[in-house]
This record gives sequence, C-alpha cells and structure tokens, in this order.
Amino acid sequence: MKHLLILGGGTAGTMVANRVLHRLRVERDFWRVTVVDRDDRHLYQPGLLTVPFGAATPEQLVRSRRRYLEPGVELVLGEVEGVDTARGRVHLEDGRVLPYDYLVVASGTSPRPDQTPGMAGDQWRRRVHEFYTPDGAVALHRRLERWLGGRIVVHVTEMPIKCPVAPLEFTFLLDDALRRRGLRAGTELTYVTPLDGAFTRPVARDRLGGMLEARGVQVRTDFLVDRVDDRRLVSVDDREVPFDLLVTVPVNLGADFVARSGLGDELQDVPVDPGTLMSRAHPGVFAVGDATDVPTSKAGSVAHFEADVFADNLVSYDRGRPMTRLYDGHANCFVESGRGRALLLDFGYDAEPLPGRYPLPVIGPLSLLAETRANHWAKAATQRLYWNVLLHGRPVPIPSRAPRREPAATGAAV
Amino acid sequence: MPVVQIRERAVHVDDEGFLSRPEEWDEDLARALAEQIGITLTERHWEVLRFLRADYADRGQTPTTRRVDVVGGVPVKEQFALFPRKPGRKMAYVAGLPKPHGCV
Repeated sequence: MKHLLILGGGTAGTMVANRVLHRLRVERDFWRVTVVDRDDRHLYQPGLLTVPFGAATPEQLVRSRRRYLEPGVELVLGEVEGVDTARGRVHLEDGRVLPYDYLVVASGTSPRPDQTPGMAGDQWRRRVHEFYTPDGAVALHRRLERWLGGRIVVHVTEMPIKCPVAPLEFTFLLDDALRRRGLRAGTELTYVTPLDGAFTRPVARDRLGGMLEARGVQVRTDFLVDRVDDRRLVSVDDREVPFDLLVTVPVNLGADFVARSGLGDELQDVPVDPGTLMSRAHPGVFAVGDATDVPTSKAGSVAHFEADVFADNLVSYDRGRPMTRLYDGHANCFVESGRGRALLLDFGYDAEPLPGRYPLPVIGPLSLLAETRANHWAKAATQRLYWNVLLHGRPVPIPSRAPRREPAATGAAV
Repeated sequence: MPVVQIRERAVHVDDEGFLSRPEEWDEDLARALAEQIGITLTERHWEVLRFLRADYADRGQTPTTRRVDVVGGVPVKEQFALFPRKPGRKMAYVAGLPKPHGCV
C-alpha cells in the first residue's frame, strides 16, 4: 500500500489530505494518508486580524485538527526533525521514523522577529507588537485598549508575507477603531513598506492607492529595515521612522526542518514547479500552501485552489502519466477596509486584479476592487464556510481557474 | 506592449519601463539602462547583474534583495550602495528582468 505523508495539518495540509482521499476512493485505490503536526489545534488564521480589536478571542478560532481530517487520514502528533529525501523517510524529534512514498510539505511560514536586530528585544510585546500569532494578537489588543495617543507605525519587514493584505487591513481597521474612540486626531498613523507602494499591482494601485491617504495615513515606501533601535525603525540606507507603538509584520520564514533537510531556499520556502507544485530538486516531494516559493499570495484561497489540482496530479504522477492540471496562481483575498466594508481581489500569476463581479454561490456575485458592505459580510461568512465546507475538500462551485479577463489597454505611446 | 528606442535599438518594455522580453537584453543595453537611472557600472555591478541573469534563467523569477545577498553573496547594504534607494527595482531594471513581484 502506498503511503502519502503530509507535514502540516493546517489549511493546505488538511485540504490536500481530504482531497487525495476522496480522489483515491473514486479510483478504488487505497493508500495510507498520514498528517503530521505538533499539536491538535487548527487555527483559523484570518480570524487573528480581528483579535486586536476585541472582535474575537483566539479560543474562538481554534478547533481540533483531527475533527477536520476525513476518517481514514491518520494524524501523528510530533515535531519534525528532518526529511531524508534519499531514503524517503521523515524523522521526528522523539526518534520515530515515518517512511513515505510521496511527501507533501505543508508546514506554512511563520513570523520571525528574531531575524531583525532589535525587534525581539526588551520592547517586544511592550512597544513592539505583531498580530500573526494568538499571543501577539492578544498582547496587541491589551496595548490598544490602553492607547491614549501618539505615534503608531504599521510596518512590513520584508516580502513575501502570508496574507499580504493583512497589514493594510489592520491599518484600515485601526483607523476606524481610533475614530470611534475619539483618539484618531491625537494619533499619528504611518504605514512603512519595503515595496514602492502600498499596493504594487498596477490596477490595484490605481484603484486603491488613495485609500490610505484618504484616511490621513502617512506612507513611507522603499523602506527596508536594518534594525529596530529603541523607538525608531532604521532602514538599510539610514532613514529613520520614530514610533511610540510599532505594529510590525516580521520576516516570514518556512519551517526550520525545511532548511535542515536541504529542501528550502533563502526564506526556507520549498522551490517547486509553479504549475505542478513538485519540488524542483526532489521528484515525489511536493509543497502546498504557504510553504512554497510560487509567485502568488500566501493565502488560504491559494491552498484551496492548489488542493483542487493537486490530487489529480498526484494520481497521474503515481500512474506514470504527465501531470496536466496546472495551478495558475489563482488567489482571491477579501480586504477589510473598516466601517463595515470590504474589498475583494481576484488574480493569478498572469492575471492582474481587475474591477468587475465575482460569482460566489449562495452569497451572490461580489464586487471586485470596490469597497462594499456585501464584501464585508461575505468575509465574515468565510469562517463558517471554511470549517463547514472548504476544509473537507468536497467540490465547491467556485471557479478554481484564475480570471481570464482582457488586460486593460495601457495606452502607452509606441 | 510598448516598444521604445534605446541607443537605436527597439526593445519591448512594460508600462514602467522594465524590459518585458529579457532575451532582448545584452551588456550594451545594460550600460544604456544604467545610464538612464544615473548609474555607471563597475565590476561589482556586473557581478550583481550576472547573478540576476543566471538566477532568472534558472528559476524564472527575478531574485529578491535577500536572495542576491544570501545566494548571490552581495550584502543588502552593498546593494543599496550600488543601486541607491531602490536596489530591488533598479537591479531588475538594468538586468532587463521583470519588476520583482510584490503582491497586490
């Protein structure tokens, strides 16, 4: 019996495990499917964004991993020590050895404040905060409750990060929360990014570029942080941004075992073929979700669309046939913009986010690249959709292909 | 795709001026592109550019400043000295590669 081993039981690992099981059942082929994770706590990560504003507690965002894996998928709890690709074995820290025929790395990416000098120092979780972990989001909530005024800097250390729109959403929601508490006038709000703008894809930039300015948020671009020095961010080229409260998104790195096993690039992401998601260096080893180096957003929607094509490809590969269902980078992201509104973006490797309508079953068509209340409610409904439908890997009538829209005419002179 | 004339050569560029067909690049063009953004190429610049070209050919993605540091061996601080203010974009521009991926 073949053995598929999946490292990570989060969004991508769970969807892939369930999808593959369904697919093999149709083929009347029965493999062992095992998921390895360090604990049985599956976190709905998008929900963390609301924790600093008191709209949720981390306990409300966590459920059992086991409960969302189809019967027949085994969950092994343990910390991964390393992957021996030559022998097809995974070593756990407690000494257990798990042999595999096919391996899927689904171990995500994590914020690593230790990678920037001064960031994780004595001001960590005092003046310097983040909201990508349950503890961090709770600590930030407590800090914001005591906020009376001063300088808040929202900062992205380096791209890529998971949920790349989250720092923008955080800024919009913070602006909204401060206004409602009468603290906005006494708060200087600055958004600092290593990119050349808050939005970088051209159409999103043109449509949404004014959203920060309209809220009185100052934007500092092309700012690559060298260190956090007391109450200042200092860039590699010696520019400074002072703060009383820093809300940073630290460098995101893949799991350390990925680096130890020689599977990773400079960000400990697994380099894969962007269409098939198979490791460039190790046939039979795949990566899905945030753990890959594919040039699209690190987002739950990406894991979902990847899982859509992955199961078919794995079966084809196993049968010695070419993998023909190529992933096209499709991603969609809701962006909370405050005041009960949200935007929806939809794009792929070669498809820019463009205005229009997005066909979502039950909830109805949603507006792309426009702030609407319907988008806000659809985003709020996504958590139920996630637990009740998306994780199970059953077919959902959401198009898995990236949009095929005509690119806007550039109008540039020849 | 717009076409522009650079030193009597017609090259395809995107709407921000980055070469959209990396195969149209050569070292003469690199000198002209560098000149347009006020950079005179030294041997150290060429080392960076050669790394970018080789890495792009290998992976199909424009390398990030971190990758040029960790894999290419040119520290980020030095990249800022060689290509001031916006090394990621400027390196890609002179090397005739697509603008590095942002997100949205």
